[in-house]
This record gives sequence, C-alpha cells and structure tokens, in this order.
Amino acid sequence: MDFNFTEEQDMVRDGLSRLVREQYDWETRRKAIESEAGWRPEIWAQLAELGILGMPFSEDVGGFGGGAVDAMIVMEEFGKGLVVEPFVPTVVCAGGFLKHAGSESQREEHLSAIIDGSRVFAFAYAEPRGRYDYADLETTAKKDGDGYVLNGHKAVVIGAPWASHFVVTARTGGDRRDREGVSVFIVDKSADGITTRDYETVDGRRASEVYFENVSVPADALIGEEGGALPLIEQVTDEAIAAQCAEACGAMKVAHAMTLEYSKQRKQFGVPIGKFQVLQHRMVDMYTAYETAVSLTYLATIKLDAGEKERKRAASSAKVGVGQSARFIGQEAVQIHGGNGVTDEYAVGHYFKRLTIFENEFGNVDHHLKRHVSLG
Amino acid sequence: MNLDFTPEEQAFRDEVRAFIAENYPEHLGDVGLREDLSREDFLAWHKILGEKGWSVPAWPEQYGGTGWTPTQRYIWSEENARVNAVMPLPFGVSMVGPVIYTFGNEEQKAKHLPGIRSGEVWWCQGYSEPGAGSDLASLKTTAVRDGDHYVINGQKTWTTLAQYADWGFFLCRTDPDAAKPQEGISFILVDMKTPGVEVKPIKLLDGGYEVNETWLTDVRVPVENLVGEENKGWTYAKFLLAHERSGIAGVARSKRGVEKLREIAANETLDGAPLIEDFDFARKVSQLEIDLAALEITELRTLAGEQAGNGPGPESSILKIKGTEIQQRLTELTLEAVGSYAAPYYHSIANDDGSNEYPVGPDYSAHAAETYFNMRKTSIYGGSNEIQRNIITKMILGL
Repeated sequence: MDFNFTEEQDMVRDGLSRLVREQYDWETRRKAIESEAGWRPEIWAQLAELGILGMPFSEDVGGFGGGAVDAMIVMEEFGKGLVVEPFVPTVVCAGGFLKHAGSESQREEHLSAIIDGSRVFAFAYAEPRGRYDYADLETTAKKDGDGYVLNGHKAVVIGAPWASHFVVTARTGGDRRDREGVSVFIVDKSADGITTRDYETVDGRRASEVYFENVSVPADALIGEEGGALPLIEQVTDEAIAAQCAEACGAMKVAHAMTLEYSKQRKQFGVPIGKFQVLQHRMVDMYTAYETAVSLTYLATIKLDAGEKERKRAASSAKVGVGQSARFIGQEAVQIHGGNGVTDEYAVGHYFKRLTIFENEFGNVDHHLKRHVSLG
Repeated sequence: MNLDFTPEEQAFRDEVRAFIAENYPEHLGDVGLREDLSREDFLAWHKILGEKGWSVPAWPEQYGGTGWTPTQRYIWSEENARVNAVMPLPFGVSMVGPVIYTFGNEEQKAKHLPGIRSGEVWWCQGYSEPGAGSDLASLKTTAVRDGDHYVINGQKTWTTLAQYADWGFFLCRTDPDAAKPQEGISFILVDMKTPGVEVKPIKLLDGGYEVNETWLTDVRVPVENLVGEENKGWTYAKFLLAHERSGIAGVARSKRGVEKLREIAANETLDGAPLIEDFDFARKVSQLEIDLAALEITELRTLAGEQAGNGPGPESSILKIKGTEIQQRLTELTLEAVGSYAAPYYHSIANDDGSNEYPVGPDYSAHAAETYFNMRKTSIYGGSNEIQRNIITKMILGL
C-alpha cells in the first residue's frame, strides 16, 4: 500500500502548477475562452514540449511510460486552473483507444502526432437520444467494399471545433441498444460528408453537433474488432472518468479555498462571516466532501488495471461520490460568496459551472448508481 | 501509488487469521447485542490476546506493544471484524493506557499497565457530567487537596460499563480560580471500590444498561494517583480524545455489516422477489458501499501519513464524522430491511423461556431496532460530530 508519488510525478505536478499559475491566470483565461478560437494552441504546444501529452504512453511509441496516476496528476492541476485544452478527448480517449486496440500502423500514424501535439482529437460518442448508454446508437457504419460508410448525428462533441480528427462510435450490426454490433472508427474531420455546428459550452469550452452523411472511411479507420467494441469503450470511458474526477478534485479544491478566503475577508454584522458557526460547519462539510472525492478518485485510478468488474465498480463509485461532492461544493461555494457568487466577474461561479457539467459527462450520479447496483 | 499489500503484509494477514481461527472463543462467535455480555465475555478475547502479547498493538514496544506498522494494525482490525470479535474495550487499552505511559510516572506505569495489557483490570472513563457534555471544560467535580489525599466530590455521567469497572480515570477541578476553565483541571485515577463511589445504571433506548451515573461523595484518593502535573489534566484529556478518534471509523466492522445487510436483503422479499433486487433499496445499499469505500481509502491515506511519521491529527475528526454516519446508516438500512419484525421487543420475548432462541421472526431481525437505537450514540460520543466540525474549523480551516 503506497500513496506516495514518484519524484518524476512530483516534478510533473510542480511544472504544470507553474504553467497554470503563470500562463493561465484568470484574465488570460477569460480572453482565451472569449476569443474566436476559444483555446490556446500555444499552450497545447507547450504541453507537448513538456512531455505531458506523451506521458501515459509507452516508450516504444514515443511516450514516457507513465500511466493512469500520471493522468490523474495532470488533470488535477488542469482542474485547479479550469484549463479548457482537450487533454481528455485527445490523450485519454483517442490515445486510450489506440493504446488498447490500435494496430501497429494506426499507432504509428496517430500516437506520435498526439504526443508531439500536432493532432487533436474529439470523442464523438454521445447521441441526442442515447443519453449515457454507449450502445444506444443510431449512427451507423455500413460495410462498403473494403471500407465503411457512416451516417448519423453525434451530440455535444467536446473539443470538436479544435479537433482535426474524431473517434466515432457507430453501429455495424445488431439493434439499437444491443451490446454486440458496436464499432469504433477514427475519422478525419475534413472527410467529405461531415458537417458541424459549433458552439460554446456553459463551462467555457467549445463543442459541436457533428453530422455524418454518407461519409466514406477506409477499412483501417476501424479500431479493434468490428462489432465488439463495447468493452473497449467501457474501458476507455472508465479511464476518462478517473481523469475527469481528478479534474473535478482540482476544481473543488480551489472552489473551497476561495470560499474559505472569502469568508475571512467578507464582513457582516461587524465580523468576518467565517466567524459564524453555521458557515464554518458548512465549509467543514465541503472539506470532507473534497477529501471523499480525492479518496474515490484514487480508488478509480488505481483500479483501472484491475479486473473488469472491480474496475467498473471503482469508476462508478467515483463518478457517484465525486459527482455528489462536486454538486455540493459548487452550490455551497456560490452560496457562501453571496451575491458575488452569482456574478460572472467572480471566479468561483466558473468553478461551479465546470463542476456542474462535469457531473453529466460520461454518465451522471443516477446512471452510475444504477451501474453500481447492476454490478452487485 | 498502489493499494496492494506487500508479501510480508499478506503473510501477516495469514498469521493473524490462523491465530484468530484457532483461539477466538467459540461461544462469542455471533454476538447480537453486546450489552447482554457478561464481564467474563467482554474480557475473554482480551485475556487470550494478553497472553499472546497482542492486546495493546498500538503501544510502544517497551510497554508491551507489538511494533506493528499502521498497515498491520489495519489488517489486524479487519481480520477481527471478519469474525465480529468482541475486542478489548478501549477505556484501558486506547485511553488511559497511552495517557499513563506518556504522562505518568514510573510507579504508575508499573502499577497499572500490566493489568490493562492482561485484561485483569477494567477501566472506566469519568469525563462527562450532567452540566458538562460538549463543553467538557465546564466540569464541576472537584478534587481538594487534604494532606496526602485528594477529596473528590461531584457527579459524572455516561460512564460506559462502569458497573464492571475496577478503576476509573476522572477529570476533576483542582483550581477553581484558574484564569481559563481548561487550566484548573487534573487527571486522577480512582479505585472504584473507594468508599463514596456510587454507580447507578441508566436505561437506554434499546432497553439495555450500557452507561451509568457515577456519584463521588467525599472520595479520598491518594495524591500519587494524580497523573502528570496538577492542573494540566486538560492537555492529557485532549491527547486521549485524539487517540480515541483514531480507529473510530470502524471501516472493517461496517464492511462486515454491509455483507450481513446484503444477506438479510437477499432473504427478505418484496413483491415476491428478494428485497435486494428492488432498485430503490439496492441503490441505498450501493450508496452506502460507495461512501464506505471512500472512507476506507481516506483511512488508509491517514494511516499512510501516520506510517510516515505524522501522528493522528485533526484528520481523525473526518474519520469520526464519516465513520459514525456510515455506521448509523447501516443500522438504519438493516432496520428497513427486516420490515415488520423490527417491532418485537427482544428483551420481553427472550426472557419468557430463558432460552436464546428467538421465538418470533428471523434471527437477524431480533436486534435490528435495538441496534439502530443504540447506534445513535456514535455521533454523540467521543466529541459529538458537531464538536468534530469545530475541531476541523479551527485546526484545518484556520477560522
């Protein structure tokens, strides 16, 4: 049993912490998310240069031989700064599919481009009527000669406006919610027949509705086994859940610290409001909720390489517990900031907004409680 | 970072599991209500462990501790929870023992530590008073110096299992004029057979007698029973409370409780199907398991900190709050699970024919309500959960 981080991991944390502090200050971030691009490719280039984008990949594909714990460290720091750059879609999701199931040529083509920062991915899995069920797909991929033809509509594809490539889930067989018949493809965003409708998300990121109309892809666009990709999707999304839980922990830590600081400064009835026991105990409960979230994030991260059932249980436990902590801390942080908490000017509200959307990504609390129950 | 136990820790687990299997008293295998145990039952396992040298694992080795790492102690508590063992009571082992070896003199150590280790001497805790609960420092029991004795007068309450106690440790006011209430308190050991000590049982919601009022009237105690310095008792009392809180999370026991709850819910039926297949009920069990999983990791993180040399700090207050909330929720769900058979009053039934058979309802329903009522104490004792929040406010949040 060991809860220590290696020296390398501490260095990564320190380096990222400095980058976020120095280059991701509140005003700079605001300008960036309000700019036309909505993100900063130069930050992405720096992450590549620091080796962050290659960290979870093995050395033989040009990575740095790290793992899930490294991704956790990265995401926690990103959470503290509300970093919008698409680490989870590109490195954790697309990188994860390639790592687990990519052929040698697929890895060669895409992984090195992920690691050097030249290729950005978005993960197009959700559909307007699919909710959190990865198998509930109306998007189809029909065999056509050697390749496939894709048709369908993918919903709220985070980071799509910044991406050059998509990882797309589609049905190659079976009925709409069957476990069998689900496949995963890598698709160049510039392929004929793809149209997007881009927008901002309420938590400062960008996303798109992505429409596929008779989009032809070659045979080697398929990742893993045709029709048998659901277990792979579950593995990769559990990894994304662990990473985003770490992000939420970072955001919660800052939201709590801001609230604590505010309660020491803000005076009412002649004293700092932090002197009121009713607020003190609420901030204690926020602290406890944060510690709970950290523990469950550790659990989910450590169990990613365990057996399937153990992994799923841990990921769902984390998504439930961290989701509940996120909602509680977000709402209380705003409440204790009073009127200032509901203004756009104060940072705390933006942490609240990110935590709110985090709750719904890759399944909300109810969804994962249900999954936990079904695992027995 | 990993959650794996080392091969040495695995071997340790095998060793203690085998020892428990061979030596744990058979008749204490599945105890329902602990308050129905006799004095001998309470002490049985303690005495066996005393002989083995395992009764006070957390103590320094020079005083009879095992030298186990925090992880080994965790494994030890897990293995005992597996058999629902009646563990040595905390009053000697985790409370007064550490105070004596930390602040007591050599004579006190020689006189009292062996009896705590062996389980020969039963200790009780004289802290709370009718007017001093969460505000413990407002206690009024006085100890007045008279030659080479203190004369103690006052009333203590919630004295757990004092009906069996040989000795008690009492907080008494020795300087009524001290500038702050905390500054005039002393920590005094009292032989419970001393004239003037009177123990009166308090009946609790579950029908049992787990706690008492302890009246002290002109109780003459030799001055050598003062631990440490006069008027410094508050420091020792706080030290003791921090020790009391570590291990209070009760993770291993709650894990065993969840298993039992699942068994009950698999046996009970709702709409013709096992209760555990009802989604509304199952999701409450899942939520409990998730919260327990989080608590377990939090406790392991705290243990890892201890192993690295950080003593049990204010983080133990989190363990107390979350641990007791979970213990209570577990008894709540067990009560829900047994349904109508929560209602029969166990004491009134079992006494009819004097047997241990439960004439109504399934065995597991017999104590569900009593246990639920009994466990309301957990968020009140050991510094109420509100007091724990005050501690975190001050020590961690710095407000």
